Amino acid sequence: MSAPADLVSARGLKCVFDVSKPWISRILDGEPRRLLKAVDGVDFAIRRGETFGIVGESGSGKSTLARMVVGLLRPSGGEVRIEGVDMAATRDPLARRDVRRRMQMIFQDPYASLNPRWRAGDIIAEPILAFGLGAGEANGGEKAPDKARVMARVDELLRLVGLDPADGRKYPHEFSGGQRQRIAIARALASNPDFIVCDEPTSALDVSIQAQILNLMRDLQDKLGLTYLLITHNLAVVRHMATRVGVMYLGRLVEIASTEALFARPRHPYTRMLLDAVPDLAMSGRARTPVGGEPPNPIEPPSGCPFHPRCPRAVERCKNEAPLLSDDVACHFPLDDPAGPMPGKPV
Amino acid sequence: MTDPLLRVRDLRVEFATRRGPLVALDGVSFDIAPGEILGVVGESGAGKSLTGLAIIGLLDPPGHIAKGEITLGGRRIDNLSPAAMRKIRGRRIGMIFQDPLTSLNPLLRIGDHLVETILAHSSLTPRQARERAIGWLAEVGIPAPEKRIDGYPHEFSGGMRQRVVIALALCAEPALVIADEPTTALDVSVQAQIIAVLKKLTRVHGAAVMLITHDMGVIAETADRVAVMYAGRIAEIGKVGEVVREPLHPYAKGLMAAIPTLEGRLARLAQIPGAMPRLSAIPQGCAFNPRCPRVFDRCRIERPPLLAVGERGAACWLYERNGAPAVATGIEARR
Repeated sequence: MSAPADLVSARGLKCVFDVSKPWISRILDGEPRRLLKAVDGVDFAIRRGETFGIVGESGSGKSTLARMVVGLLRPSGGEVRIEGVDMAATRDPLARRDVRRRMQMIFQDPYASLNPRWRAGDIIAEPILAFGLGAGEANGGEKAPDKARVMARVDELLRLVGLDPADGRKYPHEFSGGQRQRIAIARALASNPDFIVCDEPTSALDVSIQAQILNLMRDLQDKLGLTYLLITHNLAVVRHMATRVGVMYLGRLVEIASTEALFARPRHPYTRMLLDAVPDLAMSGRARTPVGGEPPNPIEPPSGCPFHPRCPRAVERCKNEAPLLSDDVACHFPLDDPAGPMPGKPV
Repeated sequence: MTDPLLRVRDLRVEFATRRGPLVALDGVSFDIAPGEILGVVGESGAGKSLTGLAIIGLLDPPGHIAKGEITLGGRRIDNLSPAAMRKIRGRRIGMIFQDPLTSLNPLLRIGDHLVETILAHSSLTPRQARERAIGWLAEVGIPAPEKRIDGYPHEFSGGMRQRVVIALALCAEPALVIADEPTTALDVSVQAQIIAVLKKLTRVHGAAVMLITHDMGVIAETADRVAVMYAGRIAEIGKVGEVVREPLHPYAKGLMAAIPTLEGRLARLAQIPGAMPRLSAIPQGCAFNPRCPRVFDRCRIERPPLLAVGERGAACWLYERNGAPAVATGIEARR
């Protein structure tokens, strides 16, 4: 199945939300159920020690994907395996607990992800206590936590993320956005995880603070051998952080490639479009084509290839037949395919 | 040399608090020429939006202009009565806010917004105003405008709403448009479209634009000149190409280096240590001095004015040459 180097693998992952009206209104109005396929059959594997980036616009399902990977949402179909263990299917509570300990999540909004009534130190100590990691050695196993050891670990974590141990006594409101995100990272690291899912970790932060957090994440990866799943809409952040990238559009992965290849030679027309849309900071005057249209409503996705109404290369076939991800690109006529139709020919 | 359309001189905005006044903007001076796009960048709390609000006269109390002068087309506007200011707002100065959902009334049709604005600022009949409104919707790129004009805001996507807001800001043909983070709430692909529309229409209608954003990429793409703000002051102002490629002020340098680019994976991003000071604790001298890698004694004591460096202005003692500091707001130095 998956190569031994794969830490995380997802197969046929789906998430469907029922967005219908209440059943009685539905019956009275004679309306069918309305389902929103937030994630619609996604496969990928994340190798140990790499940073796998997922980019996409709002509504592409990237956050839903992240929540399924960490187990905050139960997939409607498919499976996520962490080192071969399927969290949703495992009956063994100990195995499940171990998988939970080994993966953690960093959220987008550091103003909402920290309990305002807890001190920073207590926030960071919670995973240590919850997983029984602070138990005194003499007691052995999961006995009463050794307070001094937990405190020492919290101090160590605070130092690791560039804060002062004295900051552990403060409340979240006393910190700036960047410092709060550091606390969130310290909390994520508290259970000694080897896999961290980062959902837009810097999009609520200013650029100079973003640079601090991105550098910290890279340093921690080097130091602790972490594996990251990085969800973001910012292509420059992905370019800087990720080793491999998956591009999502309307609940599907349309392209997976190494970061170098994706940015040098995008193969899916949507990837091309996204790259062209990024404002040119270097003012290098690189050739760009204007972007048309907006992402469609995921409740009523277009037929065939979900990108065809916006695609400059779409032909009749794209309207009718949804391309599957094969050879890491989901397009009937990838940009590197010499047999593809001429660009610019409308449907 | 053309006369500036907007002239801001030594603007100081204070918030009265129980512990004394909080200085949110201090000594902000700049000009915008007719038809020019001035970008204003900075991090949250740098005073970008406040500058826009002060110009358009929408500072919320206890915020008030404590000092300085704002003139629009040669006429002073910072000391006008609320009634007189209301006449200028909309007709002479248009405003585009960040969130396209909250800037439209959910209970009014798209057309009602536009027709109301057009009627308020012109002597057209309602029928003519409606025609004009349809014309504007077409101009900002809304497909089938004669149908969409009767739609409600919730029936429009974020990008389409922002197009409506742009039409709304421009439909009275103002001389100056203040756009406060017009693309921040939008996806990248839509963002590029909105920037293109904004740029095209302001060029066609000859409006000057003050484009406030934290996104340096948007500025590089759109603006003619840029002002980099820090802690309520302008750190550097000059032509976009120069400021982006070779920033002078250490803060501007740090800011540019901190932005990840599509060009390659760097070992590390340059980072500026620390964070911007709170308004209640702006350090003496240069506001950036505690974080500055090139700080020296004078920076800690004396605040640097905007010093002319070629065609640019930089508020940094490193650039003090020939003794006398010159206030550079950009426009005097141009050509």
